[in-house]
Amino acid sequence: MSNTAKDIQLPGGNQITKLLDKLLGKRTAALSTKVTRPFWVLVEKEISDQVRSWRFIILIAIITLTTLGSLYTALTNISDALKTVTDPEKAYVFLKLFTYSDGTLPSFIVFVSFLGPLLGIGLGFDAVNSEQNHGTLSRLLAQPIHRDYIINAKFISSLIVISFLFFALGFLFMGIGIIAIGLTPTPEEFVRIMMFLFMNIIYVGFWLNLSIFLSVRFKQPATSALTGISVWIFFSIFYSMIVNLIMKAIASPALLINPMYQIYLERIKLALMRFAPNILFSEATSTLMIPSVRSLGPLTMEQLSGAIPGPLPLGQSLLLVWPHITALIAASAVCFVLAYVPFMRREVRSR
Amino acid sequence: MDEIIKLTGLTKKYGKFTAVDHLDLSINKGEVFGLLGPNGAGKSTTILMLLGLTEPSEGSVSVCGIDPISRPVDVKKRVGYLPEDVGFYDRYSGLENLMFTAQLNGMSKAEAFDKATKLLERVGLAENADKKTGVYSRGMRQRLGLADVLIKDPEVIILDEPILGIDPYGVKEFLDLIIRLSKEEGLTVLFSSHHLYQVQQVCDRVGLFVSGKLLAEGDINSLSQKLFGNNAYTIELGISGSSGNGEDTPEDIIKNIDGVISMNQVKGKYLIECSRDVTPEISKEIINSGLNITSLNKKEYGLDDIYYHYFEGGTKNE
Repeated sequence: MSNTAKDIQLPGGNQITKLLDKLLGKRTAALSTKVTRPFWVLVEKEISDQVRSWRFIILIAIITLTTLGSLYTALTNISDALKTVTDPEKAYVFLKLFTYSDGTLPSFIVFVSFLGPLLGIGLGFDAVNSEQNHGTLSRLLAQPIHRDYIINAKFISSLIVISFLFFALGFLFMGIGIIAIGLTPTPEEFVRIMMFLFMNIIYVGFWLNLSIFLSVRFKQPATSALTGISVWIFFSIFYSMIVNLIMKAIASPALLINPMYQIYLERIKLALMRFAPNILFSEATSTLMIPSVRSLGPLTMEQLSGAIPGPLPLGQSLLLVWPHITALIAASAVCFVLAYVPFMRREVRSR
Repeated sequence: MDEIIKLTGLTKKYGKFTAVDHLDLSINKGEVFGLLGPNGAGKSTTILMLLGLTEPSEGSVSVCGIDPISRPVDVKKRVGYLPEDVGFYDRYSGLENLMFTAQLNGMSKAEAFDKATKLLERVGLAENADKKTGVYSRGMRQRLGLADVLIKDPEVIILDEPILGIDPYGVKEFLDLIIRLSKEEGLTVLFSSHHLYQVQQVCDRVGLFVSGKLLAEGDINSLSQKLFGNNAYTIELGISGSSGNGEDTPEDIIKNIDGVISMNQVKGKYLIECSRDVTPEISKEIINSGLNITSLNKKEYGLDDIYYHYFEGGTKNE
């Protein structure tokens, strides 16, 4: 590689060679004499492992393709969407790009809520057990670093990768949107989109923590990957069915005429549903991205009467999703602790 | 001499099972110490406790004057540890793996590169430095492991079963490498093994480990003295022909010699156990009786004998 670079004779060829070498990670380039703290050495290695792995390339390809697909449907139909609607969201044309779907392809926010868990699981399922199986964990532990550096570095590096990915995708989406429809997002829309991207990171972070926990718990990466995927499928497909079953079982038909009872039932159902992280996420994202969503619970006619249909201000939308964000972060923290404690206590032998 | 590793009453229990049982051991600076014992004797557990990778149930450990339980990181700065069946990141080259370890030990990239290149040279992997470790042979991986251990400039290196799975030639080469490097750097070396013969050649002292207990320690000579105190010598004798007077069997002749304890015939040869060196007397008596000596061999006890005496005999007596 360096030979080909040297053969190119250009003005300032030397610099170009150096730059190329640096880009290609060649050792001929001057190495830094700066001492990096061990924790960041670990993070650096984890990030480079992640982004060079096939699984990350595949995941990123899936996500980019779906993003482009949903962007395409949104862009081709955006004019219809705006014409037909007399809704108060007209002011939020830009957000429509993220949420609009004509039924052929789901919108961006639906895609993310579906594929986000896969990304999280994919990045974390073999975090600890593969190190153990390759015999590198005990070698790593023999270095003068604290043990939690390892698990923290795994988490932080994947989170950094995810953040970069989502912000890159989000800005790409916005950029193409600006070029295609010729409108720029209003500051409020921009903040909403940023919050949405932030929500995505938290959501994927939850699945990442879950899969790191599974990687500590299970010795075989295949077991932890399958367990992670089954949890994901359970919540995204079966959980709502189970909740419906429970609701059917506990509802007493005699009382159903009473509207208060119906509201009561509805509240129980909602409370049960919100144990699923994907429900929390989709509630939160739709509130953020569709400003006309005013409430996430049941509303009575009385509450609606006299209300002028209009978008919620940003502050109010945020207030509405605040508990969701908190709950998702809390769930991530629980998973992290579940992974952290056994990892710190475990006696690590060579494979 | 300075004690660099000191274990007092060290005990590790897993539930009801006692892996290490009240172990007292001290290792001096600059010594090469071999921890010997069969599988499951508690060698690896002891090593893990030395590094603070697992907590002892009882007793205390001191490595370089530091307690590895409360200050594991300080111990790991001074102690290099090569785990049994060490693994490397297969996607990286040997050099990159070493540089990674060096950086974890607080070196800059440039420093790490210099150091790693030098060490690869010393362990004989310079030509393979840029190959991915995934294609390294077992012996190469062990040598890379040694470089990995040495890159932090340790005071003590601890090697867990370092010669397991290497061919005999590789073992010799590897052990010579360890010893040479340790002498050059004045390192203390502790390694565990159940390959007795090789260990015997390189260790200053060995400790025999069986089911969590240190049965004996010392250099090979003092161990054999300790273990075979009353029948310290075995002489192997091969004879042919019949005696001149036709009356005395070889047994009669030899048993009359003072110091002979017992005598057995094994595969046509006589094994004579005796409390002192009676080789000259035996040869004189046999020749006087008209028999021919085909072989006369004084056996010295090696670790193998010590090992079998302890492990086989030990279990039989229980």
